[in-house]
Amino acid sequence: MNLALRDIRHNLGRFLLTCLGLSLLLGLVLSMIGIYRGLVQEALSLSRAPRADMWVVEAGKHGPFAEPSRIPGDTREVIASLFGVAEAGSITYQSVETRQAGRKLRLYVVGYEPGRPGGPERLAAGRFMTRSHYEMLADVKTGLGLGEQVRLGRNNFNVVGLTQGQVSSGGDPVVYLRLQDAQRLQFELEPPVARREAERGTPPAGTDIVNAVVVRVAPGASAGRVVEAVRRWKHLTALSQAGQEEILTKSVVDKARRQIGLFTVILLSVSAVIIALILYTMTMDKVREIATLKLIGAPDRTIIGLIIQEALAMAVIGFSLGALLISLAKDHFPRRVLLQPTDALVLAGVVLVVCLLASGMGVRLALKVEPSVALGG
Amino acid sequence: MADNASRQPLVDIRDLSKHFGQGETRVEALREVSLQVYTGQVVGLLGPSGSGKSTLLNAIACILEPSSGWLQLDGQVVYDGKWLQKDLRRLRLDCIGFIFQFHNLLPFLNALENVAVVLEIAGATSQKAKERAVELLSYLQVDHRQGAMPSRLSGGEAQRVAIARALANHPRIILADEPTAALDSQRAGVVMDLLRKVARDQGAAVLVVTHDEKIFDRFDHMFYLRDGRLAAPDQLPSQRAVSLDVDLQTQGGIP
Repeated sequence: MNLALRDIRHNLGRFLLTCLGLSLLLGLVLSMIGIYRGLVQEALSLSRAPRADMWVVEAGKHGPFAEPSRIPGDTREVIASLFGVAEAGSITYQSVETRQAGRKLRLYVVGYEPGRPGGPERLAAGRFMTRSHYEMLADVKTGLGLGEQVRLGRNNFNVVGLTQGQVSSGGDPVVYLRLQDAQRLQFELEPPVARREAERGTPPAGTDIVNAVVVRVAPGASAGRVVEAVRRWKHLTALSQAGQEEILTKSVVDKARRQIGLFTVILLSVSAVIIALILYTMTMDKVREIATLKLIGAPDRTIIGLIIQEALAMAVIGFSLGALLISLAKDHFPRRVLLQPTDALVLAGVVLVVCLLASGMGVRLALKVEPSVALGG
Repeated sequence: MADNASRQPLVDIRDLSKHFGQGETRVEALREVSLQVYTGQVVGLLGPSGSGKSTLLNAIACILEPSSGWLQLDGQVVYDGKWLQKDLRRLRLDCIGFIFQFHNLLPFLNALENVAVVLEIAGATSQKAKERAVELLSYLQVDHRQGAMPSRLSGGEAQRVAIARALANHPRIILADEPTAALDSQRAGVVMDLLRKVARDQGAAVLVVTHDEKIFDRFDHMFYLRDGRLAAPDQLPSQRAVSLDVDLQTQGGIP
């Protein structure tokens, strides 16, 4: 006869409510882990999109995501001619804010040259850019539809294709423009400013500037050697893809990552305390029954089993419900929540251990209950 | 009543003493108490509050170690200046049945399960435990309520189930702590009749701790405790006096 099961059945409403409360707490823990994973994933997705082996940026800079980098537009041709380089593509990055259909729209604009590295690999809908100007590929998270016109700077851009899962490390959805359009958007002065500069005798600023050149190394060639070759030029810095990803995770999103990590640990600690209190209270409610069981000759293992089985049931139900809630709600979060099976399994294990440890207080109380309490009248 | 001299007592207590505390705070809860309860007997343990009834009951139940004396239960010497049995829990499980004032049925088990659980703890299979539980509930004429939860049982029904639970492992000693205190006269009489039936049919010794004057005339023998001592047979107060003493003590009338 399973006493834990019968006790749960007897207090089913209260037990399920307790599990629901616990599931919300554990769902929160799981969502924090998911947000952390999503943050890293989003940060990396943009750097991985060009499928580059290395990045060439302004000398002394840590690449286009960690610091501003400006290099001449013709750098690409020089890099492409290096031994071991298969392909190279110029690329620009900038954040813009515009209004679309009466709503604020924050976008992360990537300028690239179609046919060269830097653009998206595949589209969720529509087609790639074919015209020489004013076309745009937008991520579905922008809320833009195919054929929609978006005002950026002084020009309207037509959405011809949709990508999926392309966001910046700040969470803004990505749009792709042709390199020249993106360069003009980023570097061209507004007419009043340009006129003032002309009056002052300042030569007109060129717009053939890019933020980085992404490089794919030829099969069999060494990326390390190409990196070393580029570094010999004093005005450029070359970073491997792994180095770029390390900068992104260890530098760009590091504080957010640590903040979320710390918050997750705090939440888990709070959960442990709450679980311990719940189990202790549940045991307190059963002191007389425990005393009766002891008096009629039940061994300690029967009573410990009762408490531990209830703790484990609470852990399993609370975690499963929490995981279900978060998997249903994750797509409604403003930023990506990435739930990975390994994280869920590790958290499930942690919750089981926490519940077992937390039940220790209840077990200790139960073992201290004197059988004479049952005879107390 | 058979001749006690020719029988071995199921509960045999010799010079049992128990004190709590030391020095100025020392309290003598039991002072050299000796008593015997024989098979088939239903005996009452009476006395005012604080007289040592609960201490004596706890000592017989092997949940409170006496300070000195000798205690034998169902032919086994369990205490002789120290506990002699290693597994007192098992002794309780096998030899003693308990009946409580408020029945103490486990609220999360139905009537049948409340009886069967004792058998399963003792090692019986689920099937055998259920069969025995049904048999006992039937014996106590409460088998028609076997699926009912304790909260759905009347006071009398709950106490019958509690008696069935006490009998589950065929114990030869039944300790009942105020079994009729929560019942009216009629139901109290029924419970006492059942205890009498159990003592007769099962060959058990039933020791009832009570304040309840309604049942004073139902005992084969009464032990009266006062200040930790058993009153000598010739000093045993009349039933009316016991009742008055108990009432006044319970109400705090006598210091």
